[in-house]
Amino acid sequence: MTGPRSSVGCGVPALHGRRVYFSPRCNLDLAALTDCFSSASCIVTQTTSGLIIGLLLFLVAAGLTLIFGVLKVVNFTHGSFYMLGAYFAYTVNNLTSSYALAVLAAAIGVGLFALFFERFFISRVYGANVLMQLLVCYAFILILDDAVKIIWGPEFKSMGMPDIFQAPPFFVAGGIIPVFYLFLIIVTLFIAVGLWLIIAYTRFGTIVRAAAVNPSMVSALGINTGLIYAAVFAIGGMLAGLAGGLAVPVRSLTAGMGFSILIESFIVTVIGGMGSIAGALIGSILIGLVRAFGSIGFPLFVEGLMFALMAIILILKPSGLLGKEG
Amino acid sequence: MSRKKIYVDRRTVLKGAATGAAAILFAPNIVTAQSKKIRIGMLTILSGRVAQLGTSSRNAVMMEVEKINAAGGLVGREVEMVIRDSKGQPQEAARVARELVNSDGCEILYDAEASSGGFAVHEVAKDLGVLCIHTNSETSSLTADPKIRIPNAFRVCRQGIHDSIAGGAYAAEIAKAKNLRNWATCSPDYAYGRDSTQTFMEYLKHFYPEAELKTEAWPKLFQPDYTEVITKVIQARPQALYTCLWGGDLTSWIDQGNIYGMFSQNQVFAVNMADYTALTTVKNLPQGIHSGNRYIKTFPNTPQNAAWADEYRSRYGEYPTNWSWQNAVGIHFLAAAAKKANSVDGKKLEEVLRGLTIESPFGTDGTVTIRAEDQTIVNYAIGWGTTIPQEPYVPEVKAISWETIFELETEWKKRNNYL
Repeated sequence: MTGPRSSVGCGVPALHGRRVYFSPRCNLDLAALTDCFSSASCIVTQTTSGLIIGLLLFLVAAGLTLIFGVLKVVNFTHGSFYMLGAYFAYTVNNLTSSYALAVLAAAIGVGLFALFFERFFISRVYGANVLMQLLVCYAFILILDDAVKIIWGPEFKSMGMPDIFQAPPFFVAGGIIPVFYLFLIIVTLFIAVGLWLIIAYTRFGTIVRAAAVNPSMVSALGINTGLIYAAVFAIGGMLAGLAGGLAVPVRSLTAGMGFSILIESFIVTVIGGMGSIAGALIGSILIGLVRAFGSIGFPLFVEGLMFALMAIILILKPSGLLGKEG
Repeated sequence: MSRKKIYVDRRTVLKGAATGAAAILFAPNIVTAQSKKIRIGMLTILSGRVAQLGTSSRNAVMMEVEKINAAGGLVGREVEMVIRDSKGQPQEAARVARELVNSDGCEILYDAEASSGGFAVHEVAKDLGVLCIHTNSETSSLTADPKIRIPNAFRVCRQGIHDSIAGGAYAAEIAKAKNLRNWATCSPDYAYGRDSTQTFMEYLKHFYPEAELKTEAWPKLFQPDYTEVITKVIQARPQALYTCLWGGDLTSWIDQGNIYGMFSQNQVFAVNMADYTALTTVKNLPQGIHSGNRYIKTFPNTPQNAAWADEYRSRYGEYPTNWSWQNAVGIHFLAAAAKKANSVDGKKLEEVLRGLTIESPFGTDGTVTIRAEDQTIVNYAIGWGTTIPQEPYVPEVKAISWETIFELETEWKKRNNYL
């Protein structure tokens, strides 16, 4: 019995100078991308895939950008809020077997934690050097990761899909749309619209926007800006917790799980413009679509594509797509 | 406040002197008693996403060491494990390994790192010349490549090439029976993922030349969202799919793949599925995933293997993992070697370990051997089967013949200029 005559891999030169099993088009597969764009099923599947990646990212990035826009604090603990939301939802789901309650608990629980965090820690570094803010946030990333290990254990957890979503996916023009992802898209869009309505049309939204531009004037008008700041921080935390709670059926839970989403959220906020919620929505969907279609055309350069997109936007418009200059 | 005077008379001085002299006289005995302990420095991953496996390694070692100490230790010397966390970082693993030998006085290095850290510890062992037992590093070249292999390091865990040959042979049989020609792969984008996937496909093709790779996806290690790679694979409409994702990555991938109906559309071969860490964590485990045995208490289906798993479970409240059996068998080898050499001297143990065969619950025929030529374990239980969502999870594991593995492994070594 003899072994195979060649040893090959994606981008790995074959022994005996030939490739046999792995596609030589590992790094760049424009033909596959072209095929995808000419197929309705591929467009539907990948677009849905991009939307779901983007919209979950939006929930986290929206909170991050909202906090920065009003408080001028770059909240590096935001990924940890997402992690806490996932763990809260996991626990409540185990106790009640209700996914709806689990998501609600994730949002409210993290919102309350964010309120506590802002009042006792972040409020003390308003206006401080960004390094001091970074130090406080980084300390809490480590503390929260360790707290998760102590409370829930170091091993990863999986919640599983709620029964209601264990249904076959929809097929639209040959493309696949999972029921759970359709639900997530609808919920996330609903929250995005709700957030926009609150910021744009309510008295609270007007005060928040005013505090973002001129907090001294808002304060001079007799409004308690400290309270506004705390509320904004809590809402930002709620959004991250909500994202964690919504995503928990399709994520494995582990201490430190917030780190990767934090990086992507920063890319989104930079692309969309720091402080702009609408910008965060556009940035998130762009990142989602880049990931979805990039994985077909540029399988080994998907992460690079995100950063390339960010670099191009920063060169063309340094303040981001919807960010304010200066 | 009155101050009490302290009188130091002649008798007190004499008593003190006598006590001091006794301390000096008996000190060597105290030192001798301490030197009866043999310190073994173990480093593994006790924090981060792989912590569960590192903890299961430590658990297995402590369970076996306690038994050895209860029986009188290694040739009369009590075993003391000095266990450190490498955090899964190669540079930290190398630093800790040096510290264990140079500062903590460990006479043996027990390397329970994944491959990334394992190579770093290997370099330290090469530099210090201390006996090193690798218990978790599966990358084949560690012991197969004579340029990397060192006389004082032994591997007591699976080897990637063995798993790939076994997996290729098993998958080819299924593929022939079901005419599965179009294949896709989805594996983590790092050394282990690439090596395992590449060799699996090589041996699949060897046993079933009609197999053709349609698409491949390389998600990042610890990537949280696999949506785009799952949809990419689905778009290619393969008949069969191979993955070597593991741990939390594998469970996320399954949860996310489930909602696309991925597991009902094609045959899935997931080499790392049949380990209790993944089997017991996934809530909606699809039926019929093909997997290599990592650690299953029913394979080999012997009372010894089941008893060992039950003992571990009763002690730690969970089933052992693939890393558990590998770490247990390492201790078994050390105990047998010390007994045979009647010594715990590293050099003497090295001589005895080469070619040593011991009885083991994890062996295909009740024994395992450290092959002399490349100082790596062979004859351990290796096979593939299909999963069901409840115990025993993999009801029937099909064993692969070690003769076939040896034959193809030799060819592989020749092709890579290892022989």
